[in-house]
Amino acid sequence: MSMRKLALYGALLLLTVAAPFLFPAYQTQLATLWLMIIVALTWDMTGGQMGYNSLGNIFFYGTGMYVGAVITITLYFPLAEYTDASRSETFTFTPEMYFTGMVLGTLGAGLFCALSAYAIGPLFFGLRGPYFAIGTLGLAIAAGEIVSNIDILGGGQGISMPVYGGDFEVFKKIIYYVFAAMGVVLIVFLSWFYQTRFGKAINAIRDDEEKAEAMGIHTLRYKLVTWAISAFFVGMAGSISAFQLIHFEPLETAYQTINLGIFMVVCVLLGGKGTLWGPVIGAILFHVFKEVTWNYLLGWQWVALGALIVVIVVFFQDGLMGWLRHRKPEWFGIRVESREARASA
Amino acid sequence: MTLRIGLMSFTAAAALALAGAAAAEECGTITLGAAISLTGKYATNGYHTQNGYEFAIRKIAEAGGVKVGDKCYNFKVIYYDDESKGDRGATLAERLINQDGVQYMLGPYSSGLTAAIAPVTEKYKIPMVEAEGASRSLFNKGYRYLFAVLSTSEQYLASAVDLAALMAEKSGKSPSDVKVAVAVENDPFSLDVRAGVIEDAEGYGMQIVVDEKLPRDLSDMTAILTKVKLVRPDLLVVSGHSKGAATAVRQIAEQGVSVPMIAMTHCEAADIVGNFGEAAEGILCSTQWAETLKYEDPIFGSAANYNEEFKAAFPEYADRAVPYQAAQASAAVLVYKDAFERAGTVDDREAVRDAIAATDMMTFYGPIKFDETGKNIAKPMVLRQIQNGQYNVVAPPEFASHELIWPRP
Amino acid sequence: MDNIWFNIGLLLEYPIVNLKIIIDGVMIGALFALAAYGLALVWGVMNVKNLAQGDFVIAGGYVSWTLAQMGVYPLLGVPLAFVIMWGLGWVIYKTVITRVIERDLFTSLLATFGLAIMMAQIMNLIFGSDTQSVDMHWPTWRLGELGIIELPAAKVVGVVMAAILAIGVVLFMKKSRMGQAIRATAQDSRAARVLGIDTEKVYAFTFALNAAICGAAGAIIVMIWVIQPFYGITYSVRAFVIVTAAGLGNLPGVIAAGLGIGAAEQYGAHIFGIGYQQAIAVVLLLVVLFYRLMRQRRLRQVLQ
Repeated sequence: MSMRKLALYGALLLLTVAAPFLFPAYQTQLATLWLMIIVALTWDMTGGQMGYNSLGNIFFYGTGMYVGAVITITLYFPLAEYTDASRSETFTFTPEMYFTGMVLGTLGAGLFCALSAYAIGPLFFGLRGPYFAIGTLGLAIAAGEIVSNIDILGGGQGISMPVYGGDFEVFKKIIYYVFAAMGVVLIVFLSWFYQTRFGKAINAIRDDEEKAEAMGIHTLRYKLVTWAISAFFVGMAGSISAFQLIHFEPLETAYQTINLGIFMVVCVLLGGKGTLWGPVIGAILFHVFKEVTWNYLLGWQWVALGALIVVIVVFFQDGLMGWLRHRKPEWFGIRVESREARASA
Repeated sequence: MTLRIGLMSFTAAAALALAGAAAAEECGTITLGAAISLTGKYATNGYHTQNGYEFAIRKIAEAGGVKVGDKCYNFKVIYYDDESKGDRGATLAERLINQDGVQYMLGPYSSGLTAAIAPVTEKYKIPMVEAEGASRSLFNKGYRYLFAVLSTSEQYLASAVDLAALMAEKSGKSPSDVKVAVAVENDPFSLDVRAGVIEDAEGYGMQIVVDEKLPRDLSDMTAILTKVKLVRPDLLVVSGHSKGAATAVRQIAEQGVSVPMIAMTHCEAADIVGNFGEAAEGILCSTQWAETLKYEDPIFGSAANYNEEFKAAFPEYADRAVPYQAAQASAAVLVYKDAFERAGTVDDREAVRDAIAATDMMTFYGPIKFDETGKNIAKPMVLRQIQNGQYNVVAPPEFASHELIWPRP
Repeated sequence: MDNIWFNIGLLLEYPIVNLKIIIDGVMIGALFALAAYGLALVWGVMNVKNLAQGDFVIAGGYVSWTLAQMGVYPLLGVPLAFVIMWGLGWVIYKTVITRVIERDLFTSLLATFGLAIMMAQIMNLIFGSDTQSVDMHWPTWRLGELGIIELPAAKVVGVVMAAILAIGVVLFMKKSRMGQAIRATAQDSRAARVLGIDTEKVYAFTFALNAAICGAAGAIIVMIWVIQPFYGITYSVRAFVIVTAAGLGNLPGVIAAGLGIGAAEQYGAHIFGIGYQQAIAVVLLLVVLFYRLMRQRRLRQVLQ
């Protein structure tokens, strides 16, 4: 069994590494798929595992974009001049400047988002159930509206990132592998994390917060750390997205509440809440569904998406993994004694 | 309503395509790609753009297609819906280039979308001739493969500022006494319009008394108009695509705001005359192109001829002004035709790119000549005033067909 | 910053502007209050947090707009939108909402979010993305210096109709058999069921009533402002702010909060600029949430 599992993981990893060479025309979509996997997994950390359904995790994505961009630019140029739309000079980045900016900007974005999650957490974790969802949604909407009024960040025009000077094929592979590496690290981390005492504690918070508190779990600290870790990864993913998209603006790209902000939740619900692989599978299914409808249902894609959300939420709330767990419990290590077995015993 | 119009234009376009194909059967095909806003906030102008492309393709096919060497070609466009969203537009541009194998691109609608797509086409070294992205911020990034047939946005309302200064002098005041109120949408295009107005106004020493940004979901601008009433500016400038123009015209009338000069963008696209009638009287509208201008070319004939034939091809424009968004889209296709013929190849992208860069031609839309950043520096903007429900050119002086009515009734 | 001081200066220099801002705020606030009251109703009775609230408003607006295009007198659009949206609300209840009532709270939030996306896009496909409005061609009364306070007859009529609708709903809830059943279900649905109330019917009725109220509000809005398929979120956000501030089952509170938020937004738009209007509404929502949280903390409770 464990040999087979190892072989399976090995094959998956191999596929991950080989994918951009196998499907060269789809490299950008594959990179986006990894982005979806990352945001779905991090959403599930608080939503599925801890019972706090956030609708505002996109806040960290947008903030990551801006922090990454600001760090990259200010390392070398004055920000205000760079974002001035009517400037006439062009700012060029050498490859060295570009990669320094990318590494520092992305790490900075992750740290900034983790810290901000830790800082605002005490306020938001007082809200329960739908109020937490509404509150976090409000946070994301407000952030987008406010950033779109800050001129030094480009206001409503957004920011155009520096452009990688070298070969575009190389650039696309870099983006893909950065996203993929981040995703693989996240999966490995989470498979360990959910097994630890810490992981069990956040499950306890989900199942009954009062009881968990009574058992001596300092719930707020657990909630803060979990949200901060999740924000760390989303923030980094946001920063890489900024490099990938090159041009982004506040309302529809960075703080895209009703796009990615909701997609991540749908991915998790589609795959199965509170499982490790559910969000991954959900993200893959959703991404394929989205790409297909976006191409072949010109104009109707959003109707199809809305319908999908309603159907998933209403009929398949346990997601694919939940359905599988119900149908094939032995795959999950749940032993169900069959009637004959019990009868013979 | 728009759905119906959309379907009509689709059927019209399909019929045209068929007719074109029949006319020039032995011609090859050059495939162009375009991500266009068919849904979302720019959908109205997305349709105008698409109609402009389709009309040009049909006219070029009728005129015998694109002659490269001794072969002839017709254009075909692969469209996707970018939903008026930048990241979507960028993804679709990649799809067009990677999966559909498109070698030449036409632009999307709006500066914001162009800003999102241009880095992609640039990276793949795919030429993009665009007709709807006017913000100067597009042309300071050092893009080599981006070409715009239209005038940049800071010029849109510059002549309105000149007119306001002129009128101040005529009434015995100094231009520096002129008070200007500015309300623009928070997007690359309108912010650049604002920057142009403010630069010019400051050049005259005018005072900017109101300077506000309109939100994306604009439905009410009373707060701004109240301020306008209090500070009584001599010039009110509004820019916010079709939605901004419609809201402004309606509420200016409703609130009885009397400003001697009101200038805005996108009047024709929002059809403010058709929708608001009297209320639109006297408003100054900037336009890239007007059917009364004396431009012409062998494919479309004169500007007036374009106007007529376009209305015949797309009946939904019959009783309204043809938006310049459609005209410039047609001009972009024309640039491609010209460039392919001069380059003498359809496969060598670099040669075609160089041919586009060397464009120096007269079209029904105006002269087109690109500077090294890719913007058209040959064509001026014109300003029209709505007089008795007609759009009459009043500035700049060399194009004016009518006198400015000032103050506005 | 200078801008803000200049704007505050204007308020002091022309005190009458304050009156105008308050009147404008009250007018828009009255319509926010209608949508919010519908939300409070479904939230209180069946614990459904309807994120499609704003889209019901916009749909009602389009119903009225379509009828006006067909030559129906615009004022008749309000009752007709009420009736048609009632039907739509009932259909949505039977197909979707009835299946999420017993589920956890997040389910209704997400399901109605999916509905909101669908409705907005379907309206976009049918009506296009242009802003639309119904012009009543009614006079505008102007008061005060410079005619600063303008009272378009359409706005006055709209507010009066909103008030009539609100009073009608209140009387209905107080006096009618169904109204009493709704209130009983809101208090304790199990007890209501035991006492022979068909709660399923009550739920369907309540949801349809909510859609109808929103639809009527939308029909009024299309006469006064403009609508566009994607404007629903604006009204949804306002409805949530108001209900969160006022609490459930508290009509006077909802109306007061609605009018207050309308006025606060107009002040905000005047002082900070109209670009901040949406941000102000959302920040208000957060402030209200945290204020309530602080108050509950003192009682060692969480906001649930």
